[in-house]
Amino acid sequence: MFARRTMLMAAAFAALSMGAARPAAAVDLTMYYPVAVGGPVTKIVDDMVSRFEKDNPDIKVTAVYAGNYTDTMTKAMTAMKGGQPPQLSVLLSTDVFTLMDENAIVPIDGLVSDRSWFKEFYPAFMANGQIDGKTWSIPFQRSTIVLYWNKDAFKEAGLDPEKAPASWDEMVEMSKKLIKKDGSGNTTRWGVEIPTTGYGYWMLQALAIENGQKMMNEAGTEVHLTAPKTVAALDYWVDLSRKHNVMPAGSIDWATLRTDFLEGKTAMMWHTTGNLTAVKDAAKFPFGVAMLPAKEQRGSPTGGGSFYIFKSASPEQQKAAVKFIQWMTAPERAAEWSMKTGYVAVSPAAYKTKAMEEYAKGFPQATVARDQLEHAVPELSVHENGRIYKFVNDAVQAAVTGSQKPQEALASAQAQSDRVLRASK
Amino acid sequence: MAALRHPTTPGMSDLAASSPIPERRAGSQAWWNAVNAWLLLLPAAVLLITFTHYPILATIRHSLFITRRNGTEVFVGLDSYQAMAADPIFWKALVNNFWFALGTIPASIALALVMAIWVNRNMRGRSFLRLAYFTPTVLPMIAVANIWLFFYTPDYGLLDQLRGLFGLAGWNWLGEPSTVMGCLIVMVIWKEAGFFMIFYLAALQQLSPDLDEAASIEGASRWYTFRRITFPLLMPTTLFVAINAVINSFKLVDHLVIMTKGGPNNASTLLLYYIYEVAFTFQDSSYAATLTVVLLVLLSAVALVKFGYLDRRIHYQ
Repeated sequence: MFARRTMLMAAAFAALSMGAARPAAAVDLTMYYPVAVGGPVTKIVDDMVSRFEKDNPDIKVTAVYAGNYTDTMTKAMTAMKGGQPPQLSVLLSTDVFTLMDENAIVPIDGLVSDRSWFKEFYPAFMANGQIDGKTWSIPFQRSTIVLYWNKDAFKEAGLDPEKAPASWDEMVEMSKKLIKKDGSGNTTRWGVEIPTTGYGYWMLQALAIENGQKMMNEAGTEVHLTAPKTVAALDYWVDLSRKHNVMPAGSIDWATLRTDFLEGKTAMMWHTTGNLTAVKDAAKFPFGVAMLPAKEQRGSPTGGGSFYIFKSASPEQQKAAVKFIQWMTAPERAAEWSMKTGYVAVSPAAYKTKAMEEYAKGFPQATVARDQLEHAVPELSVHENGRIYKFVNDAVQAAVTGSQKPQEALASAQAQSDRVLRASK
Repeated sequence: MAALRHPTTPGMSDLAASSPIPERRAGSQAWWNAVNAWLLLLPAAVLLITFTHYPILATIRHSLFITRRNGTEVFVGLDSYQAMAADPIFWKALVNNFWFALGTIPASIALALVMAIWVNRNMRGRSFLRLAYFTPTVLPMIAVANIWLFFYTPDYGLLDQLRGLFGLAGWNWLGEPSTVMGCLIVMVIWKEAGFFMIFYLAALQQLSPDLDEAASIEGASRWYTFRRITFPLLMPTTLFVAINAVINSFKLVDHLVIMTKGGPNNASTLLLYYIYEVAFTFQDSSYAATLTVVLLVLLSAVALVKFGYLDRRIHYQ
């Protein structure tokens, strides 16, 4: 009797475990993916994923679109604490310290057979992900900030439609000419708009770099918000609306700015190059793309997201994830991705592909962000990144809405940041 | 709402004591009654303790500890509370929440009452009007926020197009600290008033028409009748609605995610939204617990005022 029962149980277990076991080759990967620009980004990624799956039938990738960068990071962290993290994710390249601190990710070095792969990418994009001699992320959805200008508006204002402002002063002068008012004195077209919501820290960093000031140290333990040149950068930004009246007062929304530009509400905008194809597809007027204007120098922070591989993934999953990343960042795919979105292709080899060369010939705007890389600086990245971004964004918003002077606003952000970063030193 | 549903236990022991049964049997009867009572209370008690009381205690405990990166907990006493007292964003959120409550509660209750009286009369299209007033309530907050986002968008939003008709320049409604809170308050009143109206409408229909008739025979004006008869009789409903409005003013934050993310410069942030940010965006669960304790204390104070003071002053029929 007893023996029979044991036999039955053993058989049941065997049946159960056989049911659970799947073909040994299949590996499931869940990837969180952030969307920060217009255009059919999810469709493009889905399409690439399904082509990857066709090439690699033993790997299945599920892309989960979780909102913008902050939302995606929040979701990834929450999922991790809940015990079900994704196996890989595209997250801000600057989240690296936070992800390391949370013990969430593995360095890629140990997962690849040949580390010379890392050398194929633009060093400016690798910079954010290489810490303590290890490589923690592989760039993919990467960008710099560029200046978009409406050539029709330039013509109408009597400016050379082929020439974008090269310096801060020039941008102010041109903007004054580009302003258009209706009969009752209300502005119907602004000179320039720089977005203040969502990524205000990024725009401020661009201005600071152009003014010759770095905003953080390499160890990610200090921010330089009250440096005179950072303050001067914010002063310039605020003056655009408060003194020169060429930019709308109050905060300018990141997500609707593209519409403002396309509707002709502003003659110029500062935005990520990731929006380039969405603008190109929707613009009813000729437009140009230029590097950001200089004060002491040209410059833009790099931006955007990189691939991370999570520690909790099994060794097979980590290997499969590397395979997927290698497939996605291969020159032809990087070129395709860049052409379909406007993001910078992450390797020089991508720009040497035939498709990309032809595309750039007909649409030179496509390479501006890449050319700007030589002036680019890694994006603001420190420990406790989420908090620091909030402090800086708040300071920017306080200043542009006039509720605080730039100096005060940044001093308060610096004090709060110092308090938070003290723990990381 | 849960607070109002507390069962009022009838005096079981009184009943047992008054029945003329021999003493020994009375003792076992009382014992069985007690067991019965506890068994009946058990399901509710288990739910309350698991999902309300235990989490509250755990939150309070968690606010006294910090969790290190490696997962170990360290006792820090009231450190988090000191940090909170020095946190300008916390104070900003608290003050905002106060204005948000002050802006939404009286206005939405008054509007609900007016609407209820209006649609309580016999007239054509009454059901349609009731439905129209109630519609905002059934919409999810996220949908509401998206609709109003369209109203408030600078330059091409509905409000600015209206301003344009009068030759006024566009106004950045949600982008200016001076207007953002007002805009959100108006939207929430629109959303809430219909919900409260339903309660008033139900209460109005319970009132006996005799009172109205008696008042009009006595020659009381309509305003006098409302002030001295209708409104006092509606007080239990008003109290219920007011408590709900207070609770909602602390728990409605969905619209912030869509519309402002608490900005510009925290001008529209509310306590619960800040808790969400701290807990999930900054992954600082112990500080989030500290902030949650503050929210708990505030809401408990509201409940205390309700049960300890207001209930005794209100006439229940």
